[in-house]
Amino acid sequence: MQTYSALQLLRRAFGGHQSWEPLWRQPALKPAYDVVIIGGGGHGLATAYYLAKEHGITNVAVLEKGWIGGGNTGRNTTIIRSNYLFDESAALYDHAVKLWDDLSQALNYNVMYSARGVMMLAHTVHDVQSAKRHIHANRLNGVDNEWLDPEACKAFCPELNISDNIRYPIMGGALQRRGGTARHDAVAWGYARAADAMGVDIIQNCEVTAIRRDATGAIEAVETTKGTVKTRKVGVVAAGHTSVVMSMADVRMPLESYPLQALVSEPVKPTFTCVVMSNTIHAYISQSDKGELVIGAGTDAYTSYSQRGALHITEHTLDAICELFPMFRRMRMLRNWGGIVDVTPDRSPILSKTAVPGLFVNCGWGTGGFKATPGSGNVFAHTIATGEPHRINAPFTLDRFRDGTLIDEAAAAAVAH
Amino acid sequence: MSAPFRLATGGRIDRSKPLRFTFDGAAYTGFEGDTLASALIAGGVHLMGRSFKYHRPRGFLTAGPDEPNALVGVGASQDRYTPNLRAPVVELHDGLVAESQNRWPSLRFDAGAVNDLFSRFLPAGFYYKTFMWPKSFWKTVYEPKIRSMAGLGKAPTAPDADRYTQVYAHVDVLVVGAGPAGLAAALAAAESGRRVMLADEQPEVGGSLLHDVTATIEGRPAAAWVAETLAALEAKGVQVLTRTTAFGYYPHNMLGLLERVTDHYANPDPKLPRERLWQVRAGEVVLATGAIERPLVFPENDRPGILLADAARAYANRWAASVGKRVVIATACDSAYRTALDLKAHGIDVAVVADLRPMPIGPLVDAVRAAGIRVEAGTAVTGTRGRLRVRVAHLSRLDGRGGAHAPEPVACDALLMSGGWTPTVHLFSQSRGKLRFDEGLQAYVPSVSVEKERSAGGCNGVFDLAAVLADGYAAGESAARATRVRAPASRAFPVDGTHPVTGGHLGAVPHSRNPSAVKAFVDFQNDVTAKDLKLATREGLRSIEHVKRYTTTGMATDQGKTSNMNALGIVSEAIKAPIPQIGLTTFRAPYTPVTFGSFAGASRGDLFDPVRKTPSHSFAVEKGAPFENVGQWKRAWWYPRPGEDQHAAVRREVKAMRSSVGMFDASTLGKIEVVGPDAAAFMEMLYTNAWAKLGVGRCRYGVMLREDGFVMDDGVIGRLAADRFHVTTTTGGAPRVLNHMEDYLQTEFPHLAVWLTSITEQWAVTAVQGPKARDVIAALVEGVDLSDAALPHMSVVECRVCGVPARLFRVSFTGELGYEINVPADHGAAVWQAVYEAGQAYGITPYGTEAMHVARAEKGYIIVGQETDGTAGPDDVGLGWAIGKAKPDFVGKRALARPAMGAADRKQLVGLLTEDPATVLEEGAQIVADPVFEVPARMIGHVTSAYESPTLDRSIALAMVKGGRARMGETIYIPMPDRVIAAKVVAPVFYDQEGARLNG
Repeated sequence: MQTYSALQLLRRAFGGHQSWEPLWRQPALKPAYDVVIIGGGGHGLATAYYLAKEHGITNVAVLEKGWIGGGNTGRNTTIIRSNYLFDESAALYDHAVKLWDDLSQALNYNVMYSARGVMMLAHTVHDVQSAKRHIHANRLNGVDNEWLDPEACKAFCPELNISDNIRYPIMGGALQRRGGTARHDAVAWGYARAADAMGVDIIQNCEVTAIRRDATGAIEAVETTKGTVKTRKVGVVAAGHTSVVMSMADVRMPLESYPLQALVSEPVKPTFTCVVMSNTIHAYISQSDKGELVIGAGTDAYTSYSQRGALHITEHTLDAICELFPMFRRMRMLRNWGGIVDVTPDRSPILSKTAVPGLFVNCGWGTGGFKATPGSGNVFAHTIATGEPHRINAPFTLDRFRDGTLIDEAAAAAVAH
Repeated sequence: MSAPFRLATGGRIDRSKPLRFTFDGAAYTGFEGDTLASALIAGGVHLMGRSFKYHRPRGFLTAGPDEPNALVGVGASQDRYTPNLRAPVVELHDGLVAESQNRWPSLRFDAGAVNDLFSRFLPAGFYYKTFMWPKSFWKTVYEPKIRSMAGLGKAPTAPDADRYTQVYAHVDVLVVGAGPAGLAAALAAAESGRRVMLADEQPEVGGSLLHDVTATIEGRPAAAWVAETLAALEAKGVQVLTRTTAFGYYPHNMLGLLERVTDHYANPDPKLPRERLWQVRAGEVVLATGAIERPLVFPENDRPGILLADAARAYANRWAASVGKRVVIATACDSAYRTALDLKAHGIDVAVVADLRPMPIGPLVDAVRAAGIRVEAGTAVTGTRGRLRVRVAHLSRLDGRGGAHAPEPVACDALLMSGGWTPTVHLFSQSRGKLRFDEGLQAYVPSVSVEKERSAGGCNGVFDLAAVLADGYAAGESAARATRVRAPASRAFPVDGTHPVTGGHLGAVPHSRNPSAVKAFVDFQNDVTAKDLKLATREGLRSIEHVKRYTTTGMATDQGKTSNMNALGIVSEAIKAPIPQIGLTTFRAPYTPVTFGSFAGASRGDLFDPVRKTPSHSFAVEKGAPFENVGQWKRAWWYPRPGEDQHAAVRREVKAMRSSVGMFDASTLGKIEVVGPDAAAFMEMLYTNAWAKLGVGRCRYGVMLREDGFVMDDGVIGRLAADRFHVTTTTGGAPRVLNHMEDYLQTEFPHLAVWLTSITEQWAVTAVQGPKARDVIAALVEGVDLSDAALPHMSVVECRVCGVPARLFRVSFTGELGYEINVPADHGAAVWQAVYEAGQAYGITPYGTEAMHVARAEKGYIIVGQETDGTAGPDDVGLGWAIGKAKPDFVGKRALARPAMGAADRKQLVGLLTEDPATVLEEGAQIVADPVFEVPARMIGHVTSAYESPTLDRSIALAMVKGGRARMGETIYIPMPDRVIAAKVVAPVFYDQEGARLNG
């Protein structure tokens, strides 16, 4: 793999940048692989990278229906945080945040992880109780998260309106300083480049059409639009379309797929230095390095596979932003798009083996999967390589919906009396 | 200041109405009808801004919303300042203040231009390859620097002073675009008599006809035909919206339109909103959105003074503004010849027309030659000179082998280019219609529709005026026919003075200069050059979406309107794949940027979310009560007496209620009437409890589970009749519970004859609680025996209170003798006041939500959402008794049977007493079994409620603790940041455990 550095950039500038190698090869599909990953998003590519890097499994194909990073990896609002309530979630997401910290160096690709702080606002007594419960739990789990009173919130985010002239005045906020953002496309490309360099084949425009099982029921091959591939291990990492792919192996998934919209403003000079989220007023906002305000909220109300949402959802998202930040009312929406998110009954992901020997699944990240990308890939690679879950993803089984050991992070959204 | 480039005659400006304005502090004058761009061009100004990455000087490229370069900040004060506005669409008004962007210290001398000198080190995606060492520098040095260089304008810093509004409309036919095709379509649709709406983004209808001074339609000059057509449309009742951009095409023919109402006024009527957001549901849609001219991608094609050819024609014909004194035209398309002819007619020197095509032919070419203008075939511009304004164009004959001969320098002060026309298929594509690449036109055109729409005119790949009019009329006809009424007869529009145009070019223009040393811009605003695109393909980014994201081409504020097709051409050549194989990037709404405020509309401050007030609201205001936001409700938190803080007030309220009597406004509790012959059967399914045998006039505490077996809501439910239940819910849960009930009624139990009605707002509720409660209400209640025998705890009776119909509940959320008087909401305030007055003899004390919380915690009553969090089953919170064991089924029953629901280490509700009775725990604090621990600690639970109990005169808390009921008497620990607090596990009822006070 060519090394990327300022020096290399200088050197190759004098050759008119003619000597840069492709980020990844355009390999032909081989007839057999040790592991096939279905889905070339961030989680799938990270899985392939860690399979090669940490488990020495390099005879791996990542099959992508379209172009890598083109699903939710390239459509999300890039917020990274790990201040989750339950021990299981905190461990999983904090594993990711620790990997984010030196991901650029590990991949030799600048993914622009920017720990600018994520502040979650509280507007009601119930919000305060919930925030403090998170903060106490996080502290005892070794995850940074601190309570700020309204003045401290304002000091951290000067644009904030902490007066009582808004409908739901700000009563404080929970701040995770290690939280922040990263460049989503770079995550896909960085993992792809590093995985490719270790021998992983990234096959784009390759749709899986069937999953074949042998007489014992175990995985034996995957059929694609580019031909049949033999393999004994398949990892499905197909986000909003996981149910569709898993049904090819006769596994029914406890997932619902919803459109989730996001939008950006026109780019402006730095005006917003952190990430602010509000569950009660219901929106979140940050500013990208390019200068665009990046804004999102909740999913659309109805299940759908259409990668677009309804106008009234955008309306509610922006009225929330205008309520919190009235100086942004004259800013203008530049682009609005939708992705398809796969939601589990307890709003926590599934990182699990399945009843089908050789079939593994990584899905159910709902509206917040980007932040987990490195941790998810890391423990999923362990699960595929060893056949058993990593300590961290052991609770995130598919079976928990049968036995009731749920990890219900929607708890934070419970509403007061 | 004078306007040296203002043409002596012509234009659609009103020369009797001069308008003064400033740009970067310098004063200028324009006329009514000018845009900021046309007025500045007339003033000789072309230097308008600096580009995003290299800070190169830039001028106007276009005369419309596709402008990538000339972006300005407009507004004299921060509360009316808007960044990034496109100067060609900013209408001039007197006193307008505009400034350039992305430059420091000034537009002419911009320090950021140093990037241009180092540009060879800053190829596409350079930031992915560097800024990684040392690691800490990303956050502290690199990212802040990159951020300050990026961005364009400055965000306003003060809250917006303007208002916005929203309009919803239904029409039979919506025509988008009022150029020739749109006008003809609207005519046809209007003749059918249906409701027709015609929307256009410009201040006046007419589109390209507004700058066509030679064409005639039906024997009249184009502009006159436009005026007559507009009058005819208005006479037929067509709703014509100007300054209105259709920005988004949403499912089921819902279009979003933004109407700009006041920005063009110097002193707008304060009653008017700044903008209106229209949400239009259309039976049929005609898209007549025209086409966008493409630049030519040649080296140094970005200097101020280099414009699109048709834009220069528009500035001259429509606004009487000349882009220069001596122009060079570079083209691959006939349409630029119209510009040559029109400019020459205005007396502007057209030095040469350089045509890429080896043998341009046709009537327009002949006319230009006949006018004495030099035409060079097979010739390209291969370079330009001029720092802040183009002054020389280098013309080179193409050698036919992908290169060019030595250049001839031609002096000029404007260079006009045309690479042909790109149909504006944005809305069509947003509607999910399928495009097809037309090899003849070298353009994507609409193919298969998904919505009920059709495209006409330029956006449909039709460019000849007579054909455009016919296409538009036919589209309007077809839309009218689809709405099932008599369609008008087809109609031909004879035209004259215009010629069909052909030609065009996609991709980079050939040249023989060192490709790595020159910059030929594709996306002007984002500074993406042809070599950036080639670099991306060399680096293996072959999907056009990857190329876009890697180079940022097409991602600027113009969304690639002028650049996407050229980028496609270059990528196609680089990876040796035909264009249709590469595909297009997705067109995203909005077509042009839309103000955030217009989406918010009136939804701000108190209107952001409806404020719901209880009947005692003004009473509470008079008493100086602070209010708590609970859902949409404002609830009195406590009623302070002079000198009292929260603590003292709550303490007094609880003590008074327990020793004598208190009153509380419980109107916010959700109320649902469940009515019908199968009401009891329905209740059996929705709540865990048994309902069939509940007697009329009796109440029961009900527990509702979600499908997953966790507690969703609770409340007291009274049976008013065999077929009628009065259900109460939590305040915040009311809408959720009604939705849940409706959902099950309609999808799972449709065979049950049950009707659900929300009655939360129909009944006001005054709770009277305390040992003297009966004495207080006795005088107010008519005809009911209030004795414990006749109306025991958990009863309900319909009666009259204070002379109005009432539902009187004997219930308690405090542990004391209590009543809840439900009366029709209109009488709520009067009854509240009557109770207050009747209670004076007993020292009745109004109490707020905080005292209510404390009192119920003393009794160990849970609050759903506080003790429960969506992970607590009924048994976990001590409500196992409320599960009807004999019931065959209820929602959540199956989930309760899952193994984990019966595990011994589930979190269970307990009481906590701190070792130090003065220490009040913090709600949300976590609990450990061992005071000595390492992080990550093993947590066994958390504190859900904690108060200083006025009744016990010590701190109390409720908590959810793993295996809690087996830990009674154990000491557990609550680690705080600065200390560890010890507490004893006790039963969760701190007061009157036997319940004697309820039954007094």
